[in-house]
Amino acid sequence: MDNDSRLLVIGVGNPHRRDDSVGLVIAREISERAPEDVRVYENHGEVATLIELLGNADTVILVDAVRSSADAGHLFRFDAIQEEIPVDSFRCSTHAFSIPEAIGFARALGQLPRRVIVYGVEGKDFNMGEGLSPEVETAVGIITSRILSEIRDLRKCPQE
Amino acid sequence: MKSRTIKVDYLARVEGEGSLYIKIKDNIVKDVKLKIFEAPRFFEGFLRGRKYTEAPDITARICGICPVTYQMASSQAMEDACGVTVEGPIRELRRLLVCGEWLESHYLHIFMLHAPDFLGYQDAIQMAKDHPEVVQRGLQLKKLGNEICILLGGREIHPISPRVGGFYKVPVKKDLEPLRERINWAIEEAKKTVLWTGSLPFPDFEQDYEFVCMRHPDEYPFNEGWIVSNKGLVAEINKFEDNFQEEHVEHSTSLHCIRKGHGIYHVGPLARFNLCYNLLTPTARDFAAKAGLEPVCGNPFKSIIARSVECLYALQESLRIIEDYEVPDKPFVDVPPRAGVGYGVSEAPRGTCYHRYKIDDKGIILDAKIIPPTSQNQGMIESDLRNFVEENINLPDDKLQWQCEQLIRNYDPCISCSCHFLNLKVDRE
Repeated sequence: MDNDSRLLVIGVGNPHRRDDSVGLVIAREISERAPEDVRVYENHGEVATLIELLGNADTVILVDAVRSSADAGHLFRFDAIQEEIPVDSFRCSTHAFSIPEAIGFARALGQLPRRVIVYGVEGKDFNMGEGLSPEVETAVGIITSRILSEIRDLRKCPQE
Repeated sequence: MKSRTIKVDYLARVEGEGSLYIKIKDNIVKDVKLKIFEAPRFFEGFLRGRKYTEAPDITARICGICPVTYQMASSQAMEDACGVTVEGPIRELRRLLVCGEWLESHYLHIFMLHAPDFLGYQDAIQMAKDHPEVVQRGLQLKKLGNEICILLGGREIHPISPRVGGFYKVPVKKDLEPLRERINWAIEEAKKTVLWTGSLPFPDFEQDYEFVCMRHPDEYPFNEGWIVSNKGLVAEINKFEDNFQEEHVEHSTSLHCIRKGHGIYHVGPLARFNLCYNLLTPTARDFAAKAGLEPVCGNPFKSIIARSVECLYALQESLRIIEDYEVPDKPFVDVPPRAGVGYGVSEAPRGTCYHRYKIDDKGIILDAKIIPPTSQNQGMIESDLRNFVEENINLPDDKLQWQCEQLIRNYDPCISCSCHFLNLKVDRE
């Protein structure tokens, strides 16, 4: 994979564990609405691929489900370069390795992009099955618009 | 009287959810429980009433680490029930797909899950800070396994191409070509990995196990063979249930499996290495010897070497299959349904996986039985823990706990599969 300075959006999740799939759903929405030069990937929690993706971009936006004590559909935003990502919140993920761990690997291996923004969407239902809970489904549109707005801002000022 | 409890409520770096409880009273181990509390999953129940052709896709969902194993065993069981044998290039592609899965699973376990135990790191991220080149190598090798699975199966997890009778789609020869160069690179890295695993510090813990695996006369076992052990067992796979039996234990949602009249037994890479040593490639045997692994090895901690040797074998086998490959006339063999019972066994990265299905003349599944490797190893893990703690009773609790967790990971347990999760507690009185 060639090094690519453009912006990369990665949705992470398990499509068969209800709200755990919200990162994938939002990635698909972004893929349809974002400018063409924004690359969008869906990742089902495969850590080697995730670390490689991190190692081949300048700016990465990650979207995944989280489980804290917030209301379902609540959006968290973390700047992974500037702050610690709360590992426990992402451990709801039914995939083997979580985003904070992938970022930890990339950092330890010196492969962290210049900017890494992590969006976490509070989930409610992580049982087996397809489709989001109504609360998370309702939040998808607003969250997608928020991330698209950040993508526009990042493209305006690619170099800080 | 002095009592100690070692307890881990959440065992990290295992697939699924479980915990460990050890009670020691007056320096004698009183109780060891590997508790599995992942919810029962009822796969055998909801396979009933489904079509025989659905079994590979349904059973693949038992596991996100070794779905291919389930697809292979269930497909072959259905073919057995219907009196069909799959041979030639389709059979070879099935072996290649298993190679991909072994590489994915074994390298994940070696580098990310197990190596930190040996080197004294809490996790692989901490290890990556001091050994970036090792972790990088692990990631690249695992990725090659992913690539093989994607090429043959359509995606790295839960492949969509395998079906009863073969595949929905098979590659043409030129599709496989790009893998050759990558595999040649990986073989050299795999050799270094075998030597590296051999250099790790191993606790002195030799056990007299009954090892069980599938054995094939001509090839290292993936999908076909007889069930054998180092203690006198030689049985066709349709006699599996005559020889083995699952038992319910109160502290686990996973069943414990024993060999009838013999007791607990050991499945997985160390069992295969010991029982099928002569079927490895000369290079794999040579590097195993250089790493200090020779049959019969009864030190479960050295399973990490066996895993790396199996990866070297899987890479060489992949290369052989790719070089010999000729596209089949059709990607699958027709398997018309007929009433009957069929048996299928595959060697998952973590051990032998048994399937039996009864279908009617329309191919509707009437009954299903699946015995995954971790339920076969669970009794063995508890026995190892008991013996290890007794031999190392004077170790301080933190060191004892560390090595007990390491010991559990010797078996690369896939608790999701066996549920039919891991937390550790040592209780000393």
